[in-house]
Amino acid sequence: MQRRINLWSNIDWLAVTIYLVLVFLGWVNIYAAVYNEEHHSIFDVTQRYGKQLIWISAAIVIAFLVFIIDINFYSYFAYLVYGVMIFLLLAVLIFGLEVHGARSWFQIGNIRIQPSEFAKIATALALARYLSTFNVQLNTFKTYLRVAAIILVPAFLILLQNDTGSALVYFAFIMVLYREGISASVLLLGFFVIVLFILALILEKLIIISLSIGVVFIIFWILNRKFKNVALGFGILMASSAILYGLNEFLVLGLSYYYIMLSALGFSALVYIILSIRYKVRSVILLLVFLLGSIIFTFSVDYVFNNFLEEHQQKRINVVLGLESDPYGVEYNVNQSKIAIGSGGFSGKGFLRGTQTKFDFVPEQSTDFIFCTIGEEWGFVGTFFVLGLFIFFLYRLIGIAERQRSSFSRIYGYGVVSVLFFHIAINIGMTIGLVPVIGIPLPFFSYGGSSLWGFTIMLFIFLRLDASRLEMLG
Amino acid sequence: MDSFANRRHIIRFVIILVGLIYIIRLFLLQVVDNTYKVTASSNVLRYVTQFPARGLIYDREGRLLVYNEAAYDLMLVPQQLEAFDTAEFCDILNVSKEYIDENIKRAKDYSHYNSSIFLKQVSSITYANLQEKLYKYPGFYVQARTLRKYTNENGAHLLGYVGEVNDKIIEKDDYYKSGDYIGISGIEQSYEEYLRGEKGVNVYLVDVHNRIKGTYSNGRLDKKAEVGSNIISTIDVDLQSYGEKLMNNKIGSIVAIEPSTGEILALVSAPTYNPELLVGRIRTKNYVNLMSDTLKPLFNRALMAQYPPGSTFKIINGLIGLQEKVLWTSTEHDCAGAYYSGRMRVGCHIHRSPLDFIESIQMSCNTYYCNVFRSILDNKKYPTIRESFDQWREYVMSFGFGQYLNSDFSNELKGLVPTKQTYDRVYGEKGWRSLTLVSMAIGQGELGTTPLQMANMTAAIANRGYYYTPHIVKEIEGDYSLDDRFYQKNYTKIDSNYFNIVIEGMDLAVNGEPGSGSTARTAHLEDVVVCGKTGTAENPHGEDHSIFIAFAPKDDPKIAIAVYIENGGFGGTWAAPTAKLMIEKYLNDSISVPWWEQYVLNAEINYNAETDKPLE
Ligand SMILES: [Zn+2]
Repeated sequence: MQRRINLWSNIDWLAVTIYLVLVFLGWVNIYAAVYNEEHHSIFDVTQRYGKQLIWISAAIVIAFLVFIIDINFYSYFAYLVYGVMIFLLLAVLIFGLEVHGARSWFQIGNIRIQPSEFAKIATALALARYLSTFNVQLNTFKTYLRVAAIILVPAFLILLQNDTGSALVYFAFIMVLYREGISASVLLLGFFVIVLFILALILEKLIIISLSIGVVFIIFWILNRKFKNVALGFGILMASSAILYGLNEFLVLGLSYYYIMLSALGFSALVYIILSIRYKVRSVILLLVFLLGSIIFTFSVDYVFNNFLEEHQQKRINVVLGLESDPYGVEYNVNQSKIAIGSGGFSGKGFLRGTQTKFDFVPEQSTDFIFCTIGEEWGFVGTFFVLGLFIFFLYRLIGIAERQRSSFSRIYGYGVVSVLFFHIAINIGMTIGLVPVIGIPLPFFSYGGSSLWGFTIMLFIFLRLDASRLEMLG
Repeated sequence: MDSFANRRHIIRFVIILVGLIYIIRLFLLQVVDNTYKVTASSNVLRYVTQFPARGLIYDREGRLLVYNEAAYDLMLVPQQLEAFDTAEFCDILNVSKEYIDENIKRAKDYSHYNSSIFLKQVSSITYANLQEKLYKYPGFYVQARTLRKYTNENGAHLLGYVGEVNDKIIEKDDYYKSGDYIGISGIEQSYEEYLRGEKGVNVYLVDVHNRIKGTYSNGRLDKKAEVGSNIISTIDVDLQSYGEKLMNNKIGSIVAIEPSTGEILALVSAPTYNPELLVGRIRTKNYVNLMSDTLKPLFNRALMAQYPPGSTFKIINGLIGLQEKVLWTSTEHDCAGAYYSGRMRVGCHIHRSPLDFIESIQMSCNTYYCNVFRSILDNKKYPTIRESFDQWREYVMSFGFGQYLNSDFSNELKGLVPTKQTYDRVYGEKGWRSLTLVSMAIGQGELGTTPLQMANMTAAIANRGYYYTPHIVKEIEGDYSLDDRFYQKNYTKIDSNYFNIVIEGMDLAVNGEPGSGSTARTAHLEDVVVCGKTGTAENPHGEDHSIFIAFAPKDDPKIAIAVYIENGGFGGTWAAPTAKLMIEKYLNDSISVPWWEQYVLNAEINYNAETDKPLE
């Protein structure tokens, strides 16, 4: 009895309150999004808003159940839960139901469950368990490999279900790894790869190669701090380029600038290697490998883009990058979404007064594009409030994570924060045209039982760990 | 222990930075930017779909066959509905009050906010009346569409028709919305993607009085409709209509192909129907009527009726015999009016005996082909009949039988060429011999072929060994070419020199001296050398079906044709003269002996008989 009372008083009631407010606002906005005059009661269970109320009630029961489970369960059984989840992800590939082209649902009676919404929890648990193991440190290749496996196996299985959006969510765990000490250079490298990928789609290859060379020279300067070396290296490259260019013009070889530049680079690289060995200049070879890697990567982007992404995914990326206009397809959706939000103005059109969101102009109104309804009916006031509440919520959760004595709890907490943040940033960013259309729900708002339950369980496991933080050892 | 705790600041910073960027973006979008604002007085955006004109269809000479006519659908958005003068509205539209109530309810059931069709295909006069008074009826607006019109009543089966999409299509293909039209059969279906064009959309601002105030955001969100591509069909409309005329009061089919290209010149399925019947508001009613017609006018016999090929198939068995070297031009067989083997008897007709190979085609001797067929299957080259049968089957399939020809019609039938497993099941693996299958020697038994396949076989013979996949479209306007398969030769497995031998026989069958026993003299023309072969498909339900295949001229074939007349009896009686008239019409554009034309036109073959009709 003593322990139970302690538990209740140790709950972070502020987080619980924010959770309840978000869920309630979600329900009201789903009502507005699919409002139907014939079924005006918000409790009508034949409509989505009535159903969402059922999901919410069940979610609260589930949250309670999560709370009465013993705290050690989560760390002891983290791997088991993870294993079962992987099994379910495999099973859904075989026995699953296909909805909108994604084979990611189990149908049990009238209820459809999407295992990928729960796999995030299992992954966060397994990651927390692994990283909190005594003497595991994020600095050996073996650790990187295991961490990558824990994160990427479920992501890959979800990708196989053709649910790209949910698979991308796993990138969010990079935040956890950052907090737990992954080297900043690994992150920078990852960031560079992403930038390179985007640039390769927008810019001429020649420009990208020039930029990469510039970046390499800058890194070289940072590492060596000798202006003379940098100037010399640059001079060699310029001279060989000029000579090759002159030869090409003089002999009328008609070679393209690509060949001239790459040959000049190749020639200069040889000179660099010889000089660096002779004068013992550090990290030149490493930088050359890096440059070679980025050039190969640049040239392979087109191939990957054309062969590994599906047409609609290519289209979405092209539309966001402004390379393609598609006013009736993807762009249409984003445009509709922007019109809906924009037409809300400062204070909105008022509850149930939205016109854009009611015409089904905005697709997936009650699920992925629920933010449009908020924007249209509640205006900037509403969007500011909701976005602000989310940011505050994340801020609070980080605070809770940081006060944990056990590293398992802290790492798991960051898992929760990173997944929530990714969902919020991508979902809202998509409705205001800042990121490509990726179909993932807005946590606690979007219509649907699986996602609501998934996020609820995820959050309440964390709050449960927090409530007993004093019992757990570091 | 936790040496990275400071990183929490960076993480918080990133989260807040993203939040700030989003809030700035939202502020710009919602407060600063006025593009997205819609003033209170014009608070409704109307999305009006722009339906492109469907592509036109021409015949091979560029004569227009199918075009469009404007039609107007009255649309309704229930949410914008206000009380209105029902009596006047009924008057303008010429509908009852019940109709209005019922359809408002239907529209509400569908959606309050989305428009649905209230009244389909309003006439231009009603439309003009309505347009003036539309301001009195908020929630209603008119949507322009096009309807198909036909320049003549021929070619209903090959042109196909256009109808509203069903739920299944809508679910499968995002392009289609409820109430849209789609090609359902024939060219309209196969070339839907080209014919339909691309829908556009105009976004208008509409005030509370249901008046369009102008385009929204200077048409930035509009999308222009793209007109569908025109299609030039391979059909010769004169030949097509002549064929339909000849087949009047008969059941059956004519398919004519240009052998040098595989282009279908005519595709007749009788009885046929007027394509106008399946357009517009009358479509459903007429469709039901046509469906319940016992003569099945909607059934495309040219592609979907499966008959035994009858004696025309002797040509194929002859060619296989020559190729397999179990038969030579000089091979002779006796015939005493029937083929006997054990207790098996296959009847023949009376002719002189013995016959050599060319004469066997000329006189269509059953006995001769029972011998040929058995020598193919009992060929010592193969260990058992199962191997020799497989080989035979491969030859037959190389003419396009027993498989989809892959024409540009979607509703072709495969036809039937039995496999050895078929016989294994019935007789056991060792239980069948060449005699068991002997009815296939003369094209009866387990064989099933469609008129299109027969015309294609004829084209292959005319080409001396290859065919082009038959197709109904010659050209798609714009930057499109037909599928590669229509430009490739499909070779049969028979050497080309053997074809010249059978063609001699087909020549003699049509053009032999009177009294020489030629079976197809009714197809003879004075100034064109027609090569042909008669056939009779056994019909267990009544009188046999009359079959004739032919091509002409002999040395430079311009047309290959297959004619089927159900219950027409012997092939030479009705099918051969019909084919002859078609050939003459196509090659000379005139009929030299009008008597033959009258003979065919006046014939009413079993059209009202009960024998071969499906029960109601
Ligand atoms: Zn005979």
